[in-house]
Amino acid sequence: MLDLRQYTCLGAALRDALDRFSPEVCLIEAERDREKLRLTYSDFKEIALPLARALEDADFDPNDRAAIVMTNQSKWLISAYAIFYCGGVLVPLDYKLTAAEHLQLLAHSKAKVLVVEYHLWRSIMQSPDFHTIATKIVLVTEAPLGADLAGGFRWEDFKRKGAPDFVMRQKDDIACIVYSSGTGGRPKGCVLTHENYLEQCRSLTAWYPFWPGVRYLSILPTNHAIDFMVGFIGPFVCGACVVHLRTLRPEFVRDAFVRYRITYVSLVPMIVKNLERGLRAKFDELPLWKRTLLNSTIAINRALTKRRPNVKLSRMLLPNVHRGFGGELLALITGGAFIEPSTMQFFYDLGIPVVNGYGLTEAGTALTLNDLKPFRADTVGKPLPGVELRILSPDSEGVGEVAARSKTVMSHYLDDPELTLETIVDGWLLTGDLGRFEKHGHLQLFGRKKNMIVTEGGKNIYPEDIETVFDGLPVKEYAVFAANYIWPKKELGHESLMLVLRLEQNQKLDGKLLEDISMRNRRLPDFKRVNAYFLWDKDFPRTASMKIKRQALAEEIGKTAERTAITAL
Amino acid sequence: MQTPDQTLDEILSLAAAHFKVPREKLSPDDDFFKTLGIDSLQTLDLLTKLENHFHVELPDYELQGVSDFRTLAARIQARI
Repeated sequence: MLDLRQYTCLGAALRDALDRFSPEVCLIEAERDREKLRLTYSDFKEIALPLARALEDADFDPNDRAAIVMTNQSKWLISAYAIFYCGGVLVPLDYKLTAAEHLQLLAHSKAKVLVVEYHLWRSIMQSPDFHTIATKIVLVTEAPLGADLAGGFRWEDFKRKGAPDFVMRQKDDIACIVYSSGTGGRPKGCVLTHENYLEQCRSLTAWYPFWPGVRYLSILPTNHAIDFMVGFIGPFVCGACVVHLRTLRPEFVRDAFVRYRITYVSLVPMIVKNLERGLRAKFDELPLWKRTLLNSTIAINRALTKRRPNVKLSRMLLPNVHRGFGGELLALITGGAFIEPSTMQFFYDLGIPVVNGYGLTEAGTALTLNDLKPFRADTVGKPLPGVELRILSPDSEGVGEVAARSKTVMSHYLDDPELTLETIVDGWLLTGDLGRFEKHGHLQLFGRKKNMIVTEGGKNIYPEDIETVFDGLPVKEYAVFAANYIWPKKELGHESLMLVLRLEQNQKLDGKLLEDISMRNRRLPDFKRVNAYFLWDKDFPRTASMKIKRQALAEEIGKTAERTAITAL
Repeated sequence: MQTPDQTLDEILSLAAAHFKVPREKLSPDDDFFKTLGIDSLQTLDLLTKLENHFHVELPDYELQGVSDFRTLAARIQARI
């Protein structure tokens, strides 16, 4: 791999990687079971440079911001490289947000350029707020010829001849603005520098290296910190290959492991659990004698890999299982949300290590990672090289808020100095997560101090972000909370959002009101919906500017009511 | 040519059979995540069943934001 200590910016590292690994395949793109595209590093460069030149000619200047709203595909990475080449700042946006949310974040980030897939652009164009868009250059991928793009350009045609000027950036220049939460409330745009990414890449590849020939299956959205690092920057600076699948259908994902002999994949816990379910169902179909034999072999594998994984041995012991994953898989990387230890143990016992870790967008990608020496399903691993972690105000069991100091921690929140001051104190990032170190130096997490949930799909949901959907609800007051924020539990998982309702005097919670709540709830994407409601009979405490004092309200409810008082929606 | 109502009816029957719930428990405007108690990946499984049945191919993004049978039927009908 490249020696990243020599670089001051991602653009320069990627530029050298494209030259150094030029004949190697860097990208494969498949639509279901049909391969659409295969690019070498040299091909990648040939497509990206004319795009960079066209951007420069269109007055995209160093430090200008460019947003990408796309599903995982080659044009995402090609566009990102062209943006870095011009010295631009990348704003990766979650393609699953609504059009209104995309418009809000485009405005907040002041993006001059937007790169977007046609179907997503169509939905943005249809938004009632579309007229507010201030983005100057819109590049639309895969648009049908002649389609009305409202002033946007077809990405495929947006290219110019002639070598673009490479713009060198310094380590503390901004590389990306990544939104860790959204829209309804207070957008949290994490400003991450080139140094943040270079350091993160160095520490991750020190433990889990890539090399030419490695194939990484990119399934997590590339806008997500994990895929951006391990599905783009990491493999590229090592000459490895990224496989994009334009679908998440489980049957095609399973096929892709075999067809492309995948080495690494990152998955959110929901998908890992889905794989587990599928395998368990297959095992259950086996005749009794085969099942008994399989169970014995799994037990032998478990005993022989107790201290550390031995993938070669596991492949010999359980050839059918490993063949199903392509026969080359070294690890399933999981993160972004809580994963059941039993699920991790299930895969580890089959000889497929599940590497879990812990991180947050504010800290780049990961702060801790399991080094598999030995495998531990009950922790989120050890701090990565260069990461210092501290437990603040630990209780009698050693549990307190996790604080982090590292070169991977963001510079600040975009245009929010107040929130930055609350979050980064004396150089330490306050994570809002509760944890403790066990005797071998592994971090164990026990819940959150902050009012948010993380879904099994790896989405951070802040109650303030979804509250606006209940605007105009005919009640006296309402607020959305993470149930675990009101009634803290010293564990992760099983998280839910609840709507706290304060009715008008003499008002009753009738079927009509419940239907109104359900209807509004359905307007939210499924992973953002509230799951329960709770009736509260006192006025909400408010600030002088009439904002709800959430912490005070949560404490008051938590003290006077039990969790059992909530009703499922 | 298949009518939209026929498409909707067939989807409800296929969903009922796939997730082993009585057909009469499902109605067109149901939130299928909630009624069937399924997650987004299981929904993708159902979509594959529906594609094979109707001989259409729906990209994943067509399902984004869709959570009731009626809208799902309209998306499929548009491609028949």
